[in-house]
Amino acid sequence: MRTTSLFVLTGSATVAATAASPALADTITIDITIPRLAVAEYHRPYVAVWLEGPGGTARTLSVWYDKDKRGGEGRKWLSDMRTWWRKAGRSASIDGVSGATRAPGPQTLSIPASALRGLPAGQYQLCVEAAREVGGREVVKLPVTLGGAKVAKARASGKSELGTIVSTVTP
Amino acid sequence: MKLRSAISAISLALPLALALPGAADAHRAWLLPSETVLSGDDAWITVDGAISNDLFYPNHHALSPEGIAVERPDGSDGAIENAATGRYRSTFDVHLTQQGTWKIGTARTGAFGRYKLNGEEKRLPRGADASRLDTLIPAGATDVRIREMQSRNEFFVTLGAPTQTVFEPQGTGLEMVPVTHPNDLVSDEDGVFRFLVDGKPAAGIKVTAVLGGSRYRDTPVQLSGTTDAAGEVHLAWPEPGMYWLEAEIEDNHTSVPGATERGLGYVATLEVLAP
Repeated sequence: MRTTSLFVLTGSATVAATAASPALADTITIDITIPRLAVAEYHRPYVAVWLEGPGGTARTLSVWYDKDKRGGEGRKWLSDMRTWWRKAGRSASIDGVSGATRAPGPQTLSIPASALRGLPAGQYQLCVEAAREVGGREVVKLPVTLGGAKVAKARASGKSELGTIVSTVTP
Repeated sequence: MKLRSAISAISLALPLALALPGAADAHRAWLLPSETVLSGDDAWITVDGAISNDLFYPNHHALSPEGIAVERPDGSDGAIENAATGRYRSTFDVHLTQQGTWKIGTARTGAFGRYKLNGEEKRLPRGADASRLDTLIPAGATDVRIREMQSRNEFFVTLGAPTQTVFEPQGTGLEMVPVTHPNDLVSDEDGVFRFLVDGKPAAGIKVTAVLGGSRYRDTPVQLSGTTDAAGEVHLAWPEPGMYWLEAEIEDNHTSVPGATERGLGYVATLEVLAP
């Protein structure tokens, strides 16, 4: 299994900070299970993880794709994650938040407070989308609250391209 | 605006609906892009063009790739590549080398004419130059009837983030200015489009969208709406897919000398994605 390093997201925020909201110190741990599929031709899925706020604002937290393909060819298929591409992917740089695709099994993603910088406290949808070559596509959404007082967990499951997803927001 | 208007006689490259006013069973001219929402540093699309009743099945006539104009996101002219014409369809590619929204299609102007000479019904020859109509109609002709035609047939593709430059209206004929970006269409949100005639809001125009894949359905999936005072129409897509959108009007605001009536047509191919 290759590991994905997560860099600080800079300069690509699409959710505007409100002057009134204090800086959040929240971090999010996201456990994503990529299902093991018995198919003749298996390719690891492309996966995008993002937060959707009120009014359709969105911030990309992580993208796993064929980053190391020659000539940037892996980027050609980013738009297959159609929901993410439309809501967040096409309008922001993913340089700081992208990594290689991951193998089936449990995967953990740690989102540092710096990646949430500028987001106002409140209700969000944590969205995870997977798209697999010669396979399907699935989006799973979990409700999360930023700026809460206590550690909060949320859980949801996909049916085809994603397994169980657990998010843990730590103030 | 860089879409060239070719002054030419109406050929098979134009919807026959324009040639035959009131013909309800006219064939449809269509351009079908391989995809419309793309990512990457650069990308290619390949496009089919045909004239047929069934969408999008090439089974009647090829649509000539001649006169297909490409407008790049910065407003400059692009080009089609690898154009070829087969029996039932033509095909061409466009190399998207610039991030943003591209417009690809035709904007044509032409005229039909008929007259009587010594009691005999005559038609202007095909390929007649609309600007030379006065010299093409012989002295002594009676019952001269010249009909001006303007039509657009276009689609939009976006590499990366969408842009707006290619939506700048030309101010002539029937045009569509998207309110909902055409590469932002999803089946659970209405598509909103503004129609203009000679640059002004076109109120009360019927706009129809037909979903492709008719061969596998007993009833065509079709939706329509009428533009409001601002020229806007709202379309609620019943399902994702590739739609053929059409609007037509008739008026007498002619610009070709001697023309007494005008037919305007607009066609766009729109891809509606699953949300």
